[in-house]
Amino acid sequence: MSATSPLLEVDDLRVSFPTRDGGVFEAVRGVSFTLGQERLGIVGESGSGKSQTGRAILGLSAPEARISAKRLAFKGRDLLGASKAERRALRGGSIAMVLQDPKYSLNPVMRIGAQIEETLNVHTKLSARQARERVLQALTDVAINDPERVYKLYPHEVSGGMGQRVMIAMMLIAEPQLLIADEPTSALDVTVQLQVLSILDKLVKERGMGLIFVSHDLRLVSSFCDRVLVMYAGKVVEELRSGALHEAKHPYTQGLLNCLPRLGESRHPLPTLDRQESWKL
Amino acid sequence: MSRLGIEIEGLQVRFGEFTAVHEATFTVAPGESFGLVGESGSGKSTILRAICGLAPRSAGAVRLTGEGESLPAPGSAAFRRRVQMVFQDPYGSLHPRHTVDRILAEPLAIHGIPDAEARIRRALDEVGLGQGFRFRYPHQLSGGQRQRIAIARALILEPQILLLDEPTSALDASVQAEVLNLLEALRRERGLSFLMVSHDLGVVTHMCERLLVMQQGRMVELLTAEELAAHRVREDYTKKLMEASVGFRRAA
Repeated sequence: MSATSPLLEVDDLRVSFPTRDGGVFEAVRGVSFTLGQERLGIVGESGSGKSQTGRAILGLSAPEARISAKRLAFKGRDLLGASKAERRALRGGSIAMVLQDPKYSLNPVMRIGAQIEETLNVHTKLSARQARERVLQALTDVAINDPERVYKLYPHEVSGGMGQRVMIAMMLIAEPQLLIADEPTSALDVTVQLQVLSILDKLVKERGMGLIFVSHDLRLVSSFCDRVLVMYAGKVVEELRSGALHEAKHPYTQGLLNCLPRLGESRHPLPTLDRQESWKL
Repeated sequence: MSRLGIEIEGLQVRFGEFTAVHEATFTVAPGESFGLVGESGSGKSTILRAICGLAPRSAGAVRLTGEGESLPAPGSAAFRRRVQMVFQDPYGSLHPRHTVDRILAEPLAIHGIPDAEARIRRALDEVGLGQGFRFRYPHQLSGGQRQRIAIARALILEPQILLLDEPTSALDASVQAEVLNLLEALRRERGLSFLMVSHDLGVVTHMCERLLVMQQGRMVELLTAEELAAHRVREDYTKKLMEASVGFRRAA
């Protein structure tokens, strides 16, 4: 591994699924980017391939998916050629993923403390007491006031915002270098959303992690990330700097921004998105 | 048919020991669009559910207002025909094993309304779907199409008041714009009154003339859309909600 290789290199990533009538559906069609210790946003609507991109990097695509890329490498290490065991060792340890809805992505019959500890046991060798301390520390890091109490709770006993913080604690406990967050705040209230984001913000800054933030919310992502990739029909149609949404040139990005109702602006009816076939090419 | 409004006075909703709505009092004038805003657990959806009888009313009154004939009381079939609800999640609110045709026929059968065939055809046209969708199952439709079916199901009884529980929060931004435009057009054509719940201040100010901010089952502030748009809010909680809706601000 050379010292200069970026955290993640993705060149011409393609993900396709066989369809029932014998054809092939291309969900991701040639996505390329490199990632350093920065925050990258991937934005698009349902079906744009943003989640499949994240899953392919982690090796969590559905078993029937066909994945190809000119290069898919984590710290110079090729991921597509890696064995299943190697991928598994990376997953959770070096690359972690926060999923959308804590209601579905936490194990409902396992106490929160035990769930977080499980990650730790897979990737490190610690005594039971050390492990418990690490878990309590991780819960404290995500701004949970009473970690001792939360440690013993089941997921259904905590709120959505708390559940998402538990999820983040679980993903960060093995100290990954790359975090993929797939709609981490979409199931949360606006004010809780900001709280979770500021926790992510702090952790990324302090630990020097790379972050890929997948979301449908263009405004939120551009206010949080350093760079934003806008995806449409499996392709990146535009790359934007943080806070430079007004510089968007692609008609899809402009349309997406335009169709949101804004405070203090009266537009009836709202402009809608007129999808052009040419955007897919 | 004349326009109807709705009057909520001292509404309280309790589930056992827990009080979901402490006290809600507001009126929706005939033809008005009124918004309820707040976070999860603020009781905004519970108010809608209490109006149409899906949640228990422990105290307070719900009354229809308007001109003319004696207005039906909550809980009666006549009330339900005039007050219909569209739910948040179009993936959960449509029966997965009923076709669109059957979904739309059911309310007509319940209320004994003849002429189902023509009404179903018209309802599909009105929500911009057309006849090709009539014999599909919900899983064959996109989220936006499902929400249009849910709106058609509510409108097929020709209600005068529509209760909208986060009708677009499960939809993509571009689809949200289409559904909001559809709702506005239908309201104009039919003189409907809306009572709309949302956590998105942008959507509420776009759709509603007045709104009520709720927090933990209590009323925080009653505002007009102009006041909110001009940031003339009095309560700290409303200010916090407004800041949150702008996006993330990095700590310096």
